[in-house]
Amino acid sequence: MSAQISIQPARQFCLKCLLMLLIISGLTISSFIYLSLNPADLFTFQAMKNMAEFIGRFFPPDLSADFLEKIWQGILQTLAISALATLIAAVISILISLPVSGRFGPIAKWLSRFFCNFLRSVPELVWAALMVLAVGLGPFAGTLALTLHTMGVLGRLFGETLENNPIASSNALVLSGSGRVASFLYGTLPSIAPQLLSYSLYRWEMNIRMATILGFVGAGGLGQMLYYELSLLREAQASTVIIAMLLLVVLVDAISAKLRRIQMHNLG
Amino acid sequence: MAICILWPMLQLAQFEPMLLIDPNNTKVMGDFLVQFIPPNIQLEFLSLVLKATVETLAMATAGIALAMIIAVPLGLIISYSLSISRIGPTSDHQLAQFVRFIARTLMLVLRGIPEIVWALLLVRVFGLGPIAGVLAIAITYGGMLAKVYSEILESGNTLPARALILSGSGRVASFLYGLLPNSAQELASYTIYRWECAVRASVVMGFVGAGGLGQLMDQSMKMLNGGEVSTILIVFLGLVLLADYISLVIRKQLV
Repeated sequence: MSAQISIQPARQFCLKCLLMLLIISGLTISSFIYLSLNPADLFTFQAMKNMAEFIGRFFPPDLSADFLEKIWQGILQTLAISALATLIAAVISILISLPVSGRFGPIAKWLSRFFCNFLRSVPELVWAALMVLAVGLGPFAGTLALTLHTMGVLGRLFGETLENNPIASSNALVLSGSGRVASFLYGTLPSIAPQLLSYSLYRWEMNIRMATILGFVGAGGLGQMLYYELSLLREAQASTVIIAMLLLVVLVDAISAKLRRIQMHNLG
Repeated sequence: MAICILWPMLQLAQFEPMLLIDPNNTKVMGDFLVQFIPPNIQLEFLSLVLKATVETLAMATAGIALAMIIAVPLGLIISYSLSISRIGPTSDHQLAQFVRFIARTLMLVLRGIPEIVWALLLVRVFGLGPIAGVLAIAITYGGMLAKVYSEILESGNTLPARALILSGSGRVASFLYGLLPNSAQELASYTIYRWECAVRASVVMGFVGAGGLGQLMDQSMKMLNGGEVSTILIVFLGLVLLADYISLVIRKQLV
C-alpha cells in the first residue's frame, strides 16, 4: 500500500475482469441453488423464532461448583493433550528434519518431504477418528492424532530452518575432528534452537484450539464433554462448555499476541 | 522439574503407549488398514463421492458468500478509519464507542467458537445436511473476515477517506470513494484465501453431520469400510490441492 495517490486515469472497460466477476457470481448463485438454500428463508419470522427459542435453551449456563470442577478437568486435559502432542512431535521432528533438509541425499529428502506432506494434509479430525479405532476412545487417541499432524508440519518447518542455516560452525567442528552427532548438537542446534522453539510454540497454540474440538470423534478434552452434554440435550451444561472453550481460545490468543509483542520488542 | 510437570500431564492425557500394540486394537486397525488397498472404485460409490465433492464445494462457496454479508457491515462499523466520532468532540461519541464495543464482542464470539462447534449446534436446528455446514462457515468466517477487513482498511492509505469525511461526506460514500479503490485487491484476495480454508473446513464439518465429504467419510469409518475411506481420503486430498490451485490462479489475476 503505497502512500502516493495514484494519478493514473480510472481503468477503462475490462472484459476479463467482467467475465471473471460473472463466472464467480454465477458459481456462487448455483451453489445456493444446488444446496436448495434460499438466503431469504433464513431471515423469515419463523426461522428467527426457532433460532431464538433454540438459543434461549442455552441460558442460563450451569455454573454449579460441581460442574465447573468437571470443566476445569476438561480444560486441563485439553491443555495436556496439546502440550504432550506438541512436545513429542517437536522431538521427533528434529530427527525428521535431517532428511528433509537434504542431509542424507536427494532420495531421502524427497521421501521424507512426501511423508511430511502426507501427515499434514490429512486433517487432525480424520487422524483422530483413525486413532480412536487404533487405541480406543479417550484422550490418548487425541494426543496421537495431534502428534501425527504436528509432526508433518514441524518436520517440514524444521527441515527448512536447517536448510537455511549456515553450515560454517558445524563444518568447523567436523574439520577439527568432532563426530557428526556432536557437530550437529553443538554446531548447528544452538543456532537454530530459538527458531525451532518459536515454531513449536506457534504450533502449540494451534493445537490447543484443535484439542478442544477433537473430542467430537471421542478423543477426549472439552470437545468430548460438549458432545456428551449435547447428546443428552443438556443445553445449560453444554453452554458452560462452549463458554469455557471460548475463554480458552481468547486467552490463548491474548497470551500469544502479548508474547509476540514482547519478542518483537526485544528484536528492536 | 520436567518430571513434575510431565507426569501429571501424562496422567491427564491417559498416555498409554501399550494400547498401540494391544493385540485387540492392532487386529481391528490391521483389518481396517488392509482394506485401504485397493480403494473402492465401484461406479456407484464414485458417483456418491462425486456428489459429496460438489456439495462440499457448494457449501464452501455459499458459506463464504454469506460470511461476506455478515463481515462487510461489521468490518465497516469497526474500522477506525471511517470513524466520524473521532474527528472532534461530538455528542454521539459515547454511542459510537458503545456500538463499536458491541460489534467487536459479537465478532469475537463468532470467530472464537470453532466452526465445527457451530456446525454441531446448527445441526440441531436445521437437521443433518449441508445447510448447517453452510451457516457454520458463514458465522465463523464472517467473524474472521470482519476482523481482517477492518484491519486492511486501517492499514492502507486512509488519507483520501479522511479528507472526504472531514469535508462532510457520509461514511458509506467515503468508504466507496476513499478506501475501496486502494484496498479492493487485498480484500478480494483475502476473501478467496478464506474460501480455500472453507473448503478444508467443510470437509471436517461433515463429521458432526453437516454434509459433504466428511459425512460420507464418517459413515464409511463407522462401518470400518477401509476401501471407501481410502477413496474419500484421496478425493479429499485432490480437492484441497484443487482449491489451492484455483485460489492461487484467481489471486494472481487480481495482482
